[in-house]
Amino acid sequence: MKIGVLALQGAVAEHIRSLESAGAEAVAVKRVEQLDELQGLVIPGGESTTIGKLMRKYGFMDALRDFSEQGKPLFGTCAGLIVLADHIEGQEEAHLRVMDMTVARNAFGRQRESFETDLQVKGIEEPVRAVFIRAPLIKKVGPEVDVLSTYNDEIVTARQGHLLAVSYHPELTDDYSLHSYFVDMVKEAAASKA
Amino acid sequence: METGTSRVKRGMAEMQKGGVIMDVMNAEQAKVAEAAGATAVMALERVPSDIRAAGGVARMADPTIVEEVMKVVSIPVMAKARIGHYVEAKVLESMGVDYIDESEVLTPADEVFHISKNEFTIPFVCGAKDLGEALRRIQEGAAMLRTKGEPGTGNIVEAVRHLRLINGQIRKVQGLSKDELYHEAKLLGVPYELLLNVHETGKLPVVNFAAGGVATPSDAALMMHLGADGVFVGSGIFKSDSPEKFARAIVEATTHYQDYKLIAEVSKNLGTPMKGIEISKLEAAQRMQDRGI
Repeated sequence: MKIGVLALQGAVAEHIRSLESAGAEAVAVKRVEQLDELQGLVIPGGESTTIGKLMRKYGFMDALRDFSEQGKPLFGTCAGLIVLADHIEGQEEAHLRVMDMTVARNAFGRQRESFETDLQVKGIEEPVRAVFIRAPLIKKVGPEVDVLSTYNDEIVTARQGHLLAVSYHPELTDDYSLHSYFVDMVKEAAASKA
Repeated sequence: METGTSRVKRGMAEMQKGGVIMDVMNAEQAKVAEAAGATAVMALERVPSDIRAAGGVARMADPTIVEEVMKVVSIPVMAKARIGHYVEAKVLESMGVDYIDESEVLTPADEVFHISKNEFTIPFVCGAKDLGEALRRIQEGAAMLRTKGEPGTGNIVEAVRHLRLINGQIRKVQGLSKDELYHEAKLLGVPYELLLNVHETGKLPVVNFAAGGVATPSDAALMMHLGADGVFVGSGIFKSDSPEKFARAIVEATTHYQDYKLIAEVSKNLGTPMKGIEISKLEAAQRMQDRGI
């Protein structure tokens, strides 16, 4: 099973390491042609404006909507969560618009407000060490979206079928339980298609 | 809940990887940089080539400029403090700047001591031209490094020298035995524990960007090819003929640094890059890279 990490900008190597620790084969993805050989894709943390711009430039918008429509799982962390969202607060244009949620960018403030904490995530036994860096929040979700965790009553982990989104950076820790969770999603999706 | 941990500070730099951080002098330039795909901007009163031309003492920017830039962009905003100038750094932190560059581009405030960066909540980036400088800055609390290069020259040769030297030194350290490591730590003037970490992992414990002399898309791609995690562009963009085009082209060349056809495409009709300076023509006092070792 091969899972890609979108490698236009951001923390790519960390996701590849975490996916490999979770037992998957992981590759960096720079071109749309690479998507065909993948069963799932991670959209990493980075700067969402940069990643969004480069996605448009290189044809990833249509290609990834198509990828998602085939039921192939997508996992967005931080900037990746923003890329998945239907709506971004205060911005007219969102990016992929595949996940029924409204997100707020830099929702905790500037870098000095960035933090780490332990988080209980539905479906994962042990608490997850969550690193929030200029992190976004999920302000509103549609009926198809499951809220998997909250922090101070705000949504920070959510799943909609084959789509998984988190506000924080599981790839910056040695705990790969969320990556294992995603690898399981990819296995299920592949099995249901076979 | 913990703020300002080393993971939070270093993690912020990890999110900049593969990106381009651009020097800007006002709100308008900041918007151009953001629209071109910059992952962060460095708010300055003057870009390095102007600092070089003006001479005199270069200090932290007027807070008005930094605030103005913070207001108009949603990407992180960095700002420079003089080497060893604790108060300039505290002032920038109090304003909510996302990252401080303790920078040799400004005139050092202290010729011996750098700022003790561990006691700050916000992260610091520092320049380094060899492994010793790199690990000393990390020990002081830098959460990100960059090559010093020779700022404001539009000449990539010094940044290349620094990155090659650091990478070569890392490879050498990897091959040393334990007893040799003790000695090497002494020679480099760095803590043994940090050197041991480099020996074991084969890399620096923080992100290392290229800086100081990047003037063209190919320069940026060259630094990525040599192993930089991303690129700072100082004077290269807003001292070129067409800043918007240069900015976009450098962003694309950084992402696709191995795609030479694409770099050829984005390099077409860019107009004149910033005028460069031959390094050997610089007097010793004009060499910014020798500040703060």
